[in-house]
Amino acid sequence: MTVSSGSADDVLALIADEPRLPGDQQNAFGGLERLCRAAARALPAMGVGVIVMSKRGEPATVASSGPECEAIQELQFTLGEGPCLDAYALRRPVLTPDLAKAARTRWLGYGPAAQDRGVEAVFAFPLQVGAAQLGAMDVYRDRPGALSLRSLSRALSFADVSVRSLLDSHHPGETDCLPDLDDVLESHFELYQAQGMVMVQLGVDLGEAMSRLRAYAYAQDRQLSDVAVDIVSRKLVFEPDHL
Amino acid sequence: MADIQAERLAEVFVELADTLVDEFDLIEFLQILTIRTSDLIEARAAGLLLADNHGRLRLMAASDERAELLELFQVQSLEGPCQDCYREGVAVSTTDLSTAADRWPRFAPRAVAAGYRSVHAFPLRLRKDVIGALNLFGTEPGPMEPAGARIVQALADVATIGLLQERTIHRGDVLTEQLQAALNSRIEVEQAKGALSQIHNCNTDEAFELLRGYCRRNHLKLGDVARAVTSDPASVAELTTRRQA
Repeated sequence: MTVSSGSADDVLALIADEPRLPGDQQNAFGGLERLCRAAARALPAMGVGVIVMSKRGEPATVASSGPECEAIQELQFTLGEGPCLDAYALRRPVLTPDLAKAARTRWLGYGPAAQDRGVEAVFAFPLQVGAAQLGAMDVYRDRPGALSLRSLSRALSFADVSVRSLLDSHHPGETDCLPDLDDVLESHFELYQAQGMVMVQLGVDLGEAMSRLRAYAYAQDRQLSDVAVDIVSRKLVFEPDHL
Repeated sequence: MADIQAERLAEVFVELADTLVDEFDLIEFLQILTIRTSDLIEARAAGLLLADNHGRLRLMAASDERAELLELFQVQSLEGPCQDCYREGVAVSTTDLSTAADRWPRFAPRAVAAGYRSVHAFPLRLRKDVIGALNLFGTEPGPMEPAGARIVQALADVATIGLLQERTIHRGDVLTEQLQAALNSRIEVEQAKGALSQIHNCNTDEAFELLRGYCRRNHLKLGDVARAVTSDPASVAELTTRRQA
């Protein structure tokens, strides 16, 4: 596995090139709709959709590459099973290159229903940062077969960028396709340690802690990794009314 | 490095095999593997790195979680013996790190400053691919004996089996699924270390010891407890309640 293409920067450029549509949501999720369309174009796929899970564990589609994709996505909610729900529950990607096979073994309800709408392969990615689970992203294809290594790498980067968008949507400023702070979601243990510390400092959940960290870095125009190092070394402490 | 007793070696492989069939927790498994590797070979420290889907090496487990050592593993996403081992698909050894600054300008001086003199990296192989590396540090210069090297390579192969576990090995998709799960578990451990260090007003090394000690006393899996610390702290109240001074 030696693939270096498909980095988060690549993916951000693809999203930036994706045209806005008049129907895009005017809220924080408008950027995610462009992300879904850019992902569908680049991977390529017949559709890409993002779901988030409410605090009570109810899934909802927040963005998709189009209405047909949204309808496919929602099959999982009515049938109570499917790749997004599995990816979320298992906290790992669920890659299904041959939906026909899975329709006979794994998803007896969802499989045939998705096939009726033309889906032959589906790839689901959890949207999470460690124990902070936000939702999942589904990639649908109309023919069976695995994603190439390049497409897989790209899909994972689209999922990473979705995670960042969802985290930043809690504190909307410039919500549409923010330039990235740096590549820390991929590295540097200090960031995750800082996330755990801020969770306790503020008495919030883990996802909110990362949102606050990112909002602080944006507001201060600092690298997220630098802020994290200051928190771990206790030079910086978030007070409950800090922001 | 000293002779390895056959009996001790057998024990380690039996223990690892047990872990594989037991209720499986990858982070726990890899951590046991690094600790046993470092004990068997009398290396000062061992760590295991896996390549993510972008081909970047990321630390999964270490025999010792001191921040200084973790940094030595992390810097190898840029350069170092594991990076070379991963790229070239063969074991990489340096018998005297004090002469390796030209080869690894960022890695070698840090390793020497941390007190290490020798370093070895063994590939985690899956058929034609290399998916990561098992990394050993020693405090004395000098090569590893061939018998020791064979054992470490066998342990690296066991790690690959653990990663893929009982699932069909030939599917690249399975590898991706497991790898992503493993990378995320590692993040959960770091988040738990941060939360515990804040709760108990200690550093992250001490926080890891608290986490590890709690798992041992209660026979719980490291990954499960780490996730509980941040997502359901009440379920591990003994660990997540501030101690009275």
